Amino acid sequence: MSTDSAVLDHHVENEQNLWEGGKEPFKASYGKLMMWYFLLSDAFTFAGFLIAYGALRFSSPTWPVPDFVFSTAPFGIHHAPLIFVTIMSFLLILSSVTMVRAVQEGHRENKRGVAFWMFLTVLGGLGFLSCQAWEWTNLIATEHMSVTTNPFGTHTDAGVYLNDDGSKSDETFEPGQTYLIHKAGHGHGEEHAEGDHGETAHAATEPGDYAGYVVNEHGYKQRKYVVTGGENDGAVMAQAFGPKAFGALFFFITGFHGFHVFSGVMFLLIIMINVMSGVYVQRRNGYEMVEKIGLYWHFVDLVWVFVFLVFYLL
Amino acid sequence: MGHLSYEESKKLVFRGMWLLAIVTLVEVAVSLFGKGYIIEGIQHHPVVFFIAGLVIITLSLYKAYFIIYEFMHMKYEVKGLAMSVLLPTVLLVWAIIAFFQEGNAWKSRRQQVQKQNKEEVIEKSNMQEGFVPADTKRVEKF
Repeated sequence: MSTDSAVLDHHVENEQNLWEGGKEPFKASYGKLMMWYFLLSDAFTFAGFLIAYGALRFSSPTWPVPDFVFSTAPFGIHHAPLIFVTIMSFLLILSSVTMVRAVQEGHRENKRGVAFWMFLTVLGGLGFLSCQAWEWTNLIATEHMSVTTNPFGTHTDAGVYLNDDGSKSDETFEPGQTYLIHKAGHGHGEEHAEGDHGETAHAATEPGDYAGYVVNEHGYKQRKYVVTGGENDGAVMAQAFGPKAFGALFFFITGFHGFHVFSGVMFLLIIMINVMSGVYVQRRNGYEMVEKIGLYWHFVDLVWVFVFLVFYLL
Repeated sequence: MGHLSYEESKKLVFRGMWLLAIVTLVEVAVSLFGKGYIIEGIQHHPVVFFIAGLVIITLSLYKAYFIIYEFMHMKYEVKGLAMSVLLPTVLLVWAIIAFFQEGNAWKSRRQQVQKQNKEEVIEKSNMQEGFVPADTKRVEKF
C-alpha cells in the first residue's frame, strides 16, 4: 500500500515538473523546434509548386528540353548545357559547408570564428543571387522569355527549315528538338554571328506572313519549315511557341527560391553583426541563434537540390 | 554534435562538401548522358530516359538525406523530433502520384478535344445540305 502511494506520488511529481516549465520537448529549445516546423511547412509550399510543375509538364504534349534552354553562361559562353547552373549549385553547397563551420565554432564559443565563417556564407549567398540575376537577365532580355510567353518550342515532327526567301535550307531537325523563337531584327541576340540560320540582313521585321517566316504582333519571328515524313509529310508550318506554363513556373519557382536566399542573406547579415557585437556571448548557449539561421540556410540549399532536379536535370 | 571531437567533425564537414560536389557532378553527367550528349542518339531509347531519371532522382534524394542528417544535425536529435518533422512529408508521395496522374489525364483529355474539333469541322462541311441540325450529332456523341 505504501509503495503504491509512493509510486503515485512520484508520478504526480513528475507530471507537475513537466508542466512547470524548464523541460524541453524533444530535448530541443523552443526556437530550434519551431524553426524545424517552419521549415516543414515551407517544404510543403515548395513541394506544392514543384508538384504543380510536374503536373503541368505531364499535361503538355511537348516540353522545352532544359539542356537547350539553360546552355548559356556569362563571358560569351554558349552551347554549354547546364554548366552555369552546376556552378550555382556548387556555390550553394559551399555556403552550406561554411555555415556548418560557423555553427561548429559557435559551439566552442569562438566569436571570431563564427563571424568569419558566417561572412563567407554571406558571400556564397550573394554569389548565388548574382548568378541568378544574370540567368534571369539573359532569359528576359536576350531570349525574350516572359511569364506569359515561352519562345522555347519543341518539334513534334522531323523537317527542314526554310530560308528567309522561302527556299529550303540545309538545316534539318528531329522530333523532340527544342528551338528558340527570336525577335525579328534582333538576330540571335549576342549569341550568334550575323547570317546564322540563313538569316539575311534585310529581313522584314513588320508583323506579317513572309516567304520563309511569320512575324507575330509581338515581333517574334516564327520560322517556317517543311515537314518530312509522318502524317503531315510535305506540309509547310511555322514554329509554334512552347507551353506557356514553362515561363511562369520557371520565374515563379526560382524567384520564390531566390527570395528565400535573399532573406537568408539578410538574416545572416543581422546575426553576423550581432555576433560581432557580442550579443550571443552573454547568452552562453553556444551561439544557438547561429544554429537556427544555419538550419534555415541548409534548407535553402535543400530546396535547391529539388529545384535543380526538376528544372535542370530531368 | 557532442558525439565527436572538434577535429573529427571539422574533417567530416569537408568530406561532406566533396561528397555533395561529386554527387552533383555525377547527376549532371547522367542527365547529359540521358539527353544524348555523350553518346549520340541514345536519348531516343525510352529505357535510357527512364533509368537516367531514376538515377538522378535517387542521387538527389541521397543529397537531401545527407544535408538533413549531417548538415542540419538531424542525426543527433531525439528520434521523436526527427519523426515529427520527417513523417509528414510522406504525405507528399500521394500528392505526387495523384497530381501526375491528373496531369496525364489533362493531356489525354486535351488530345480528345482536339480530335473532336477536327471531326466536327469535317461534319459541318458534310452538313451543308442541311437535313441534320448541327446540334443533333453533338448530342448523340456525348
